[in-house]
Amino acid sequence: MADTFAFEIVTPAKPLLAQEAELVIIPGAAGDFGVLPGHAPLLSTLRPGTIQIRDKTLKILEQYFVEGGFAEVTPERCTILAEEALRVAELSRDDAEARVKRAHDALMLSKNLGVRTQAERDVRAAEAMVAAIDAYESGVLRSH
Amino acid sequence: MPSLKDLRVRITSVKSTQKITSAMKMVAAAKLKRAQVAAEQGRPYAESMERMLGGLLAGLPSPENAPKLLAGHGSEQKHLLVIVTSDRGLAGGFNANIAREARRKIAALQREGKEVKLLLIGRKGRDALRRDYGRLIMDTLENVTRNGAEFDPVRELSRKLQTMFDDGEFDVCTLLFNTFKSAISQVVTSKQVIPLPAEEIAVGEMAAAAPQGGVYEMEPDDEALLNDLLPANLSMQLFRALLESYASEQGARMTAMDNATRNAGDMIARLTLVYNRSRQAAITKELIEIISGAEAV
Repeated sequence: MADTFAFEIVTPAKPLLAQEAELVIIPGAAGDFGVLPGHAPLLSTLRPGTIQIRDKTLKILEQYFVEGGFAEVTPERCTILAEEALRVAELSRDDAEARVKRAHDALMLSKNLGVRTQAERDVRAAEAMVAAIDAYESGVLRSH
Repeated sequence: MPSLKDLRVRITSVKSTQKITSAMKMVAAAKLKRAQVAAEQGRPYAESMERMLGGLLAGLPSPENAPKLLAGHGSEQKHLLVIVTSDRGLAGGFNANIAREARRKIAALQREGKEVKLLLIGRKGRDALRRDYGRLIMDTLENVTRNGAEFDPVRELSRKLQTMFDDGEFDVCTLLFNTFKSAISQVVTSKQVIPLPAEEIAVGEMAAAAPQGGVYEMEPDDEALLNDLLPANLSMQLFRALLESYASEQGARMTAMDNATRNAGDMIARLTLVYNRSRQAAITKELIEIISGAEAV
């Protein structure tokens, strides 16, 4: 069996990433799952969180933050569809915190149910973004 | 017969118009190139999404309790037309074609006794339809594609459409936009997005692309997946429409400005001919006057 599979992240504006990967951890709606070559066919929604591309020794090579989206996994490839995906290394804490604040404000002002559900979703996404930065920074500190 | 001075002024004015149209043509050509690249780069997302949706719909057991975005409200009384036009003119028949098709469609729906509402993207569409259908316009969004099609405004528009749909403000939503065929040809396209016409999605395509293992496992379950995928698909469709429309607009403008530049060139040639002719006629007349004056002495 091949050691790697084709991994891609696709956003509406452009294909963001296409590379061979050995192991990818994906934040599925029902819990994180890892994808290795030969994974059973799977469709999953994503929750806000970090996609980690790792090598065989579990070392993290690259991390992307997604606000949600979909994953399509087949034995040979794994495609992530996300409206927005950002490299965690390029996220800014101020930005993320401002986002949390904005989302909370929107939640306070929301009146009907539809807007409220959406606002709650935004709050969760923004908080996940801060958490991703926290995790990333503590990881960077540890490795130094 | 215009005087020599008048002719000179005309020629200068046409020349400066030609400079403007030819500059606009260059700008449109550059923007068109970028728009085409953008449209191309957006394709993988659309294809993957259609593949996933097709696979999901193929495995859907009962269409009755499908999400509303797919099954509809069960009535088709209220129609919402989302009409994509440009914010700026001087693009040949680009906006006029859309407006004509929109009028035809509105009239047809009203004849059937349906209620029609309009959501306009782009200022030119509003200008064209305000006179006849001002009461039907719910909202106009401007400057959505100022720097090319972007995804952020689409996300908001998509949310807005979903809220309106949930509130029962419309039952059927159709997009009306120009599809880019080539720089000289744009085709007005209408596409129903709510409820999603399930038969249009190539169900077989997914089966062909699916791995040997057969059907996909769904996580959390197919219903939740569909509930998330349908709004994402709506955003994607809107985004595609904007991309197509933007590329079409630039193509139409480029062609229109190319024609205008050529027409200005023809006009300059004609005016120069008349100018030279009358200049020579004036010289000849003066010579005759001098000669006949000399002979008389």
